[in-house]
Amino acid sequence: MGRFILHSDLNNFYASVESLYNPSIRNKAIVVVGDEEKRHGIVLAKNYIAKGYNIKTGDTVWEARQKCCGELVCVPARFELYLYISRLVKDIYREYSDRVESFGIDEAWIDISHLAQSYADAEKIANNIRSRIIAEIGLTVSIGVSYNKVFAKLGSDIKKPNAVTTITQDNYKTLVWGLPCEDLLYVGRATKKKFEKAGIKTIGDLANTNVKYLKLTLGKMGLVLHDFACGLDSSEVTSIHQSEKIKSFGNSTTCPIDLSCNEQVKSVIYLLAESVAERMKKKDAYASCVALWVKDTNLKSFERQISLASPTNVSEDIAKNAYKLFVENYDWNLDVRALGVRVTNLCDGKIQYDIFSTGENLEKMQKLECTIESLRSRFGYNIIRRANIMENEKLATLNPTTETHIIHPVGFFRPV
Amino acid sequence: MKKYVKVTVEVNENGDKKPLSIDFDGKIYNIDRVIDSKPAVSMKVGGVGIRYTIRINGIETYLYSERNKWFVEEK
Repeated sequence: MGRFILHSDLNNFYASVESLYNPSIRNKAIVVVGDEEKRHGIVLAKNYIAKGYNIKTGDTVWEARQKCCGELVCVPARFELYLYISRLVKDIYREYSDRVESFGIDEAWIDISHLAQSYADAEKIANNIRSRIIAEIGLTVSIGVSYNKVFAKLGSDIKKPNAVTTITQDNYKTLVWGLPCEDLLYVGRATKKKFEKAGIKTIGDLANTNVKYLKLTLGKMGLVLHDFACGLDSSEVTSIHQSEKIKSFGNSTTCPIDLSCNEQVKSVIYLLAESVAERMKKKDAYASCVALWVKDTNLKSFERQISLASPTNVSEDIAKNAYKLFVENYDWNLDVRALGVRVTNLCDGKIQYDIFSTGENLEKMQKLECTIESLRSRFGYNIIRRANIMENEKLATLNPTTETHIIHPVGFFRPV
Repeated sequence: MKKYVKVTVEVNENGDKKPLSIDFDGKIYNIDRVIDSKPAVSMKVGGVGIRYTIRINGIETYLYSERNKWFVEEK
């Protein structure tokens, strides 16, 4: 039996949802932007009219306004609404298959091999899904139909919006090989540069390049990309019953002000550590490695990590170690713009204490933090806060635990 | 215009909902019949949820349930 995989991509997702919910802006150039006051004021998404003015994701609002000759509608992002709509769309996919794998909030692969005998069948199903999303959700999707995930994803990029493109074993050379190599999954800016040096411009060029040469210049990834270009991707679409093993918990934020002293950094680290610890406790996970990520005002960033004597899921432990990493590694040549706290080396509830610890203190801290978390879930985040964060009015607006705006990035390569 | 309304709903033992009446700015409209219900978008006013096709005083109209709220498409 052949494999039939769909990759569905919601067109201009955030901007489309905004125009769906606000009929009066439908025929205008729309950009969805981050919170300007909290200095997240960049373009996160745009509709086709805004694209026509060469407005790009990542432009500042000011740049976008400069580019737009007509009226530009800037709407603040409403992540909770996007997650709601994304859930409804994915519920539709799940009516067709239990193998639905999300790739971000607006993309997903759907394995329909059990429903289709031929590409004609698969296309029919794709068109059915496309029509249902228009009728039930009011959005358009582009769907790629193919025999592997990589070509299905490429297919969804070929015709936009509201279209279905089929890439088969017979037509892939015509449809895919002429495309620029950066259209291929995992060919980013750095790889593209390496390819350019080697004279590889298209996916076809890549497919016809000697694999030994690719391994030499790009390592294992060179072989993987060569396989992708030749349609040799046999990776499965993850089943909804397979829960993925979590390998780390983390949270980061661009601060509402540039941080200029250790005390301010400490406050933000504690906020981030609290949100990380809360999520860990919900999964009964403990970690024995803490990592801190720092970005300065020149947008240069680095990450440092430290191993713990015994695993923890208490924010105090995480924050203390993250702050230690900061003090030991930051030279204060520039102010700090963004911070991130991450924990790895996870284990479940059965933990081995170190020789001097009975775990009593850990339990005590856990109880205290659980009480704080329960207060916040009942009465809102601001019901109880650390005093140090209150010292700065702008910093006090930070709420890194808001689940609604956590949209986790995902990778194509997953742990087996 | 999207008009959020107060709705009296009957929920059966399976969790299925049946709207019984709408309170529109203080005036109660009894729903004679629910003709259809299905997931749908309201492009007219902007909203996504379950669309109930209902009959009130012989006139067919739509009532939407969107997350935990209900709305109608105000003329």
